[in-house]
Amino acid sequence: MKKTLKIKRFFEGISKGLSTFVVSATDLLFGSLQKLIGVKGMPYFFVLPNLLIFGIFILYPVLLNFVYAFTGGPSFFPDERPFVGTGNFERLFACESILQPNSCTEDIFWRAVHNTIFFVIFQVSLMVLFALITALVLNRKIKFRGFFRSVFFYPCLLSPIVVALIWKWLLQDNGLLNGIMTSLGFSRLPFLVNAQWAQFWVIIVSVWASMGFYTLILLAGLQSIPPDLYEAASMDGANKWKAFTKITMPLLMPTMLVVIVLSLIRAVQVFEVTYAFTGGGPGTATLYLVQFIYNYGFSSPNKQYGVAAAASLLMAGVLIVLTLAQFAARREEAY
Amino acid sequence: MKVSKLLLLVVLMAMLLAACKPAAPVVTEEPVKPTEVVKTEEPEKPVETEAPQEPAKEPVELRFTYYADGIEAEVMRPLLDKFTAENPTITVVLDVVPYQTIDEQLPVQVETGQGPDLARITNFAAYKGKYLDLRTLVSDPDYYQANFPSPILSALDFGGFPDTLTVTGPYINVTLFEQAGVAIPGEGTTWQEWTALATEVAQATSTQYAIGIDRTGHRVAGPAMSMGATLINADGKFTVDTPGFREFVTLLKSWQDGGLMPSELWLVGDSKNNCIDWIKTGEMVMCMTGSWQINGMANDVGDAFDWMVVPNPTGAGGSTGVAGGSAVVAFAGTKHPEETAKLMEFLYAEENYSAFSAGTLALPAHKGVAESGVAFKTENPSVLSALSAYTAEVPKLQDQAVGLNVHPFAFAYYRNSANRIAQYLSGELTLDEMLINLQSDIDKAIAEAGG
Repeated sequence: MKKTLKIKRFFEGISKGLSTFVVSATDLLFGSLQKLIGVKGMPYFFVLPNLLIFGIFILYPVLLNFVYAFTGGPSFFPDERPFVGTGNFERLFACESILQPNSCTEDIFWRAVHNTIFFVIFQVSLMVLFALITALVLNRKIKFRGFFRSVFFYPCLLSPIVVALIWKWLLQDNGLLNGIMTSLGFSRLPFLVNAQWAQFWVIIVSVWASMGFYTLILLAGLQSIPPDLYEAASMDGANKWKAFTKITMPLLMPTMLVVIVLSLIRAVQVFEVTYAFTGGGPGTATLYLVQFIYNYGFSSPNKQYGVAAAASLLMAGVLIVLTLAQFAARREEAY
Repeated sequence: MKVSKLLLLVVLMAMLLAACKPAAPVVTEEPVKPTEVVKTEEPEKPVETEAPQEPAKEPVELRFTYYADGIEAEVMRPLLDKFTAENPTITVVLDVVPYQTIDEQLPVQVETGQGPDLARITNFAAYKGKYLDLRTLVSDPDYYQANFPSPILSALDFGGFPDTLTVTGPYINVTLFEQAGVAIPGEGTTWQEWTALATEVAQATSTQYAIGIDRTGHRVAGPAMSMGATLINADGKFTVDTPGFREFVTLLKSWQDGGLMPSELWLVGDSKNNCIDWIKTGEMVMCMTGSWQINGMANDVGDAFDWMVVPNPTGAGGSTGVAGGSAVVAFAGTKHPEETAKLMEFLYAEENYSAFSAGTLALPAHKGVAESGVAFKTENPSVLSALSAYTAEVPKLQDQAVGLNVHPFAFAYYRNSANRIAQYLSGELTLDEMLINLQSDIDKAIAEAGG
């Protein structure tokens, strides 16, 4: 007993000694630094690491992107690239009609733009709808609620490549789904090699993969609605539909706006899942903007950095607009 | 309290001592001399390190970025070990990477000066101006220049050598032909006739797919040239809208629409898709690919069925495959040009080159080795027959079929043609639109690359 007490005291002593040392050393270090750069300089010192990371990995590449977008040639080094002004943008917009990609010099770019718009409209609509329904169901007092919440959130934890491969194995020509269909006497369906089917499945897979995240946000929004309002409405004779349309939806709208804007941004950026799932095919049916940029800037043996950079700046413009909309929605929510 | 004060004192003293210590550890952290430390620690050879007459050579590490279609890396490793045994101061690190890395990342690495000392590549034009000129570094430049085709050495700026010679040509599943009771035709059969025969075999044996071709413009070029296409005109420029090219692409569309070819082969993915996967599993009767697949066929098919390589089908333009192959190259950015050149010289020496060809079952591009003959390490009759069949294809190659792979803008044609043909096969583009767009893609890519 006495021995145990001794050991305990010894370790307490070590712990105290260490903390005294850490405090003294920190005090010594930051005290000297503060003397050197002054109290006003200290905040800058603390944000410096983050600023460096931001500068090197975000700001510098963004600036470089501008350089590439206004220069041409095959060289990777900015100083070896001749200035072409708006040439790369002009090339992207050289169209008789942007509604007909075949009439454009960069027809693939416009196919990617059309596909992205189509994808954004349908994916975001379905995503918000399913996320809302799921959140409403999970907000009720159902059995195994915790389990179901985990089940719906689980796909969000998966890597997009894993999601794509799982679904590819299910849907490819010799995949599980076609195997079941042929064993039941039906003929195979061209899930990934028919343009309409491929577009349909890309939307379904991306909704499945990221719905859980938005469900969670909506669920938080639903839970923040005071239950007294429903009780009062019920006492006033409002049915469930009326309560939903007159209480739930109006109070959930700020959260809905955030969800819509966030999912819009994510949808415009779609890449990993579709790249691994269909590779942009069949033809260019599921080729979206980010993959177009990737193909031109990275995967093509004849890399066209200028065109890729110009396309990425245009996409950045769209994303900035959407982000501003998100800020506005948040401000709305705050009020 | 006492204990804590004592501990603080001990820690501070330890820090003080550490700070006052001379900068010796920095020496051990020097990355360029890692083996020196090991050498001095060797107990059995202390005299060597003290020998004052001849200063010991600095140990050098060479990095070799390598991709493999089959067992090339396994065959290369013992050769590199042999080289290191002969040159103890030079170690070679073989970085085996996927082909995609060679295709997409290596050019950027080399351009930014972050590339390896050597690499195995297929896109010769991607490194123009970045090769290490071996003629001034190897002991016998005449031997080097005399033993490899000069167009390839020129395409490589004399910075490497072709380690394999490849030829495109079709494989067939012989067992399925036998089961269907269909005789295998010989030289002079057209693509249309082969299509009909393969379809007949597939129907008779309930095989899912009759015929297929790899998803790349490289493989399409041979059949198109056989049908009379002049892909590269007299000025050395790409011309895709020719009757021969139209004829083969139309035939390809009929394979796609008729369900003779797996739709996923051409329609899913932007990457290189190979029909070899289907023929290996017995799901396809005929697959148009190339000689580099021999090893894979031998290893993966085993004795599941008999297979063979048949002569390239004939058309208005004759019968031709397309030449190709990989090359081992050295980069000018290397910090060890002499050692790199020494390794290159070792690898293309007749004995070692022959060992590589024999082990990988690859056709040699080395004249001396080809003349001496290669003792391929196999007794598999299908492999030996395939090697003979591909060797017989070499003299039949059209000039443009040899020139395509060393054309400085070949890759502008390869990838773009695959993608545009896929659009045509999926119904996105008509044949005319596809040809116009493809020509435009190639022209734009060449213009962008300064051609």
